[in-house]
This record gives sequence, C-alpha cells and structure tokens, in this order.
Amino acid sequence: MALLELDGVTAFYGAVQVLDGVSLSVPDGGAVGVLGANGAGKTTTLRAITGTVRAGGRIRFAGKDIRGMRSDRVASLGIAHVPEGRGTLGDLTVRENLRVGAYLRRDRAAVAGDVEYCLDLFPQLQHRIRSNASALSGGEQQMLAISRAIMARPKLLLLDEASLGLAPGTAKTVYEAIRRLRRESGISMLVVEQNANLAFTLVESATVLETGRNALTGSTAELKGMDEIRRAYLGG
Amino acid sequence: MGTFIQLVIDGLSTGSIYAALALAIVLVNQATGLVNFAQGGMAVLSAYIAFALTNAGVPLIIAILASVVASFVLGAIIERYLMRKFERGDPDTAVVMTIGLLTLITGICAWIWSYNNQQFPSLFPVGTVKLLGAVISIRSIGTTLVILAIVILLQLLFRGTKLGLALRAVAINPQSAGFSGLPVGRLLMVGWGLAAVLGAVAGALVAPQLTLTPGMMDNALVYALAAVILGGLSSPVGVVVAAWLIGVLENLAAVYLPFIGYDLKIAVPFILIFVVLVVRPQGLFGRKAVVRV
Repeated sequence: MALLELDGVTAFYGAVQVLDGVSLSVPDGGAVGVLGANGAGKTTTLRAITGTVRAGGRIRFAGKDIRGMRSDRVASLGIAHVPEGRGTLGDLTVRENLRVGAYLRRDRAAVAGDVEYCLDLFPQLQHRIRSNASALSGGEQQMLAISRAIMARPKLLLLDEASLGLAPGTAKTVYEAIRRLRRESGISMLVVEQNANLAFTLVESATVLETGRNALTGSTAELKGMDEIRRAYLGG
Repeated sequence: MGTFIQLVIDGLSTGSIYAALALAIVLVNQATGLVNFAQGGMAVLSAYIAFALTNAGVPLIIAILASVVASFVLGAIIERYLMRKFERGDPDTAVVMTIGLLTLITGICAWIWSYNNQQFPSLFPVGTVKLLGAVISIRSIGTTLVILAIVILLQLLFRGTKLGLALRAVAINPQSAGFSGLPVGRLLMVGWGLAAVLGAVAGALVAPQLTLTPGMMDNALVYALAAVILGGLSSPVGVVVAAWLIGVLENLAAVYLPFIGYDLKIAVPFILIFVVLVVRPQGLFGRKAVVRV
C-alpha cells in the first residue's frame, strides 16, 4: 500500500499556476525521487504536502486526506520536511535545534539516544554541538537540518535539494549518510533533487516534472536508460 | 554622596518601569518582527482592571494578580483575532494597526473611567530606609527588585524550558518551526500574552506614583522604545540594562547638569539614542543582522 499518494495536485502562487496535476506515490518503506529543472514545481510539490502552499487535487498520507492541513498537524502525523534553504534555526545552538526537532515526543530517553545517533551519522556536528546554527558551514547546516527531521522519528522524510550549494564531496557525504539512515531505519523518503546522479544512488523510482506536470515516471533503472534523461540530467 | 546614591536608586526604579515595557516590546518583536505601539495602552488597561477590582473591595495583591491573568488572555486574544489578520500582509500595515489599537484602548479607558487622575494604591508601604547615608524610598527598592525577579524568571523560561525553546524557535523561523510540529499560532498567542503580562506589572508598579490616567504610559512608552533601541532589539538583558541606564542618567543629568534640569531631562535618552545609532547601529548589546547573499 502507498504511504503517500498525490493525485492531480495543483497549486498557485497568486495568479501563477505552478503545479498542473502532479501525481506520484511513495510506497511504505520506499524512496521516490522528484527530478526536474528549476521552476518545474519540485519544491512546490513538497510544500503542497506540508500545507505551506494552497493546493488542489488529492493528497493522502497513510490513508488520510491531508490536503490543506496545517504544517504542524502534518508533522504530527509523521511527515518531516527538510525545506529548501535548510530552515535551520540560526540563533539556536545545534543541540537546541535537535531538541526542537523532538518537540512532539515525550520519550526523553529515546530522544537522547537519537541525538547520539544523529551525531554518529554526521560526526562533523559533534564538536559544533554548542555552536549557534548560523555559525555552521553550508554542509553542516544541511546535516543539522536532516538531523532535526530525524529527531521527530518520522514515517516519511521530505528532502528538498539536500545537495544544493554544497561542494561535490560534501554532497556525496550527505547522501551517504541519508542512504545509511534508510538502511538502518526504513524511513520512507520523497527526495527532490536537481542532481539526478545523486538522487539515483538513493531512490528506486522517480518522476520527472516539467512545468508543473509529470513528464516521465519510472524505476531508476528505466530512467537511467532513457536518452532524454541522460542528456538533460546526467550530463551526457 | 547621599544625594548621588538616592538619585541612582530612584533612577533604577523608574528605569525598571521602562524595562518592563521594553521587555514586552522585545518579546513581541522577537516573535512577530513588529513593534507593538499599543503595549503601553494595554498596560494602562491592565492597571484600570486592577483599579476597578480594588474599588470593588478585592485586596490589592489579588487584584493585580487577577489583572495579570486577564492581561495574558487579552494579549492572546488580540494576537489571535486582530494581529493574525495582518500576519501575511505588509508589516507596516500591522504596525499602523497597533497605533490604532493604542488610540482605541486609550479611548475605551477614558470612556469607562474618564480622563481624571485616579488614586491607585501602592504595593509597597510608604516609607524610607537609610543606606550609606542616602534616604531611599521602599517603593524604589521594591520596584527594582520586582523587575529584577521578572528578568530572572524570563531568562529561566527562555533558556530552561521546552515552552521557552519553542517560543524562540517560532520567533526565528515560524514556517520551519511548524515542520517540527510546533503549533505556531498558539505559541504566538502565548508570546503576546506574556508581553501583556509584563505590561500589566509595569502598569501596577507605576500607577501609584503617576496616578492612573488613560495616557499614563505614553511617556513610559517613549522611554521604553529608547531602551529597546539602545539595548538592541535582539537582547532582553541589554534592553533592561539600557532602561536602567536611561533612568539613572536622566535623573543625574536633571540634578548635576544645570542647563538640562527637570524640563529637558526627556531629551537625555534621545541624545543617547542618537550617539548609539551613529556608533553602534545594532544597539549596545544587539547582534548585527547578517544577510547572506
């Protein structure tokens, strides 16, 4: 059964239509990619799920209609959104950011264990634990943003361009950690990524958006084999 | 020497009133990014609520506590049903809205209780103590200590509790805080409620001295805004220190600088603001807003 299901989702910013019927589904335990050029509607698709843009169509999570639900309610159902631009809380320390991530949880002992897990996943954060998030490098902020999402123990992780603005080596490190997280926790993932090569190391299937519509959908192997994908997103 | 100490302690006491109001302004500004010009007016309304209760025979301390609770609810209601409408719009509109609210609340107070000065009983006994050769009123000491206690409580709330952490997170980035499940709207209501509580305390402390009128807090609001700019909008501790500094310096200037005297002493904070804005635009204790490009 699909954990998350989008069917004919539309969205507007003012009078401009950004999504024009996007459909996709994330199976329980699966990882699905959303690829496409700038302005294709990738980020807006995630924002429609977490209620930060007004959307039409059908959005269901674990059998429940969540379209138009407030973002904190969506979070409480088990969806953690790592937004574009990372959304780390700059004036809070790394540890405080992680505590904010665990806001909805009451199991204090397990929360402390999960902090340790995040620091093991991203060892760079260990010696920055008392630093303000605003003092971190771009890569460290991305690691913190993902860690904050992990702290909520979500069923589904929404990742928005985790590689954006990072040096290639750092982006690889971040994706390695996300792959390890998937292996060890089984969290389902919906991964927005412009760098298709990187996305294909993580997801089993993907959909390519063009001007707010699904242009292509298929398994990673199928998509990798398509000439137009190779030309447009894989660099030859 | 006796006069000097007396002036300093009295200055700390009036500075404490400015501090309470300034803290309320910082609290709302941190959470919503806007300056609530109605904060003084709301404080006056709180004082009138306490006043009406004491007139009805309620003991003073109970009346003040009841007005503090009422102020929390009122602040939360103003956020939920008034300011929320302007949340996504132009921040300038919201600020003008708070100025309108100030006029409205002042008008309502005048309509119910008239513009006449009303006697408001003091929490502290009339009397003085001798300290290092200075004669200091118990009211001055009491006022300063109450504000000091409140500053410590606020620090404990913001640094040591989950609610405080959540309030800070929402102040920094409400949308991102929502992604972690923080109920942003409810936390904003709590922020406005806490600010109104601070105003209520300031009102109850200053009313016995100034007597209660609808415009009682107008001057204090000007001083509080001065303290906010001096201390830096992002620094609660800095704002309190600045408010004390203003209270003390204006008292000293009035007595020791003959050309200033009591008539010109309101100019003191503005001279300070002018100098600080030129030398350190982020305020004495504030952090520079860094914009990454």
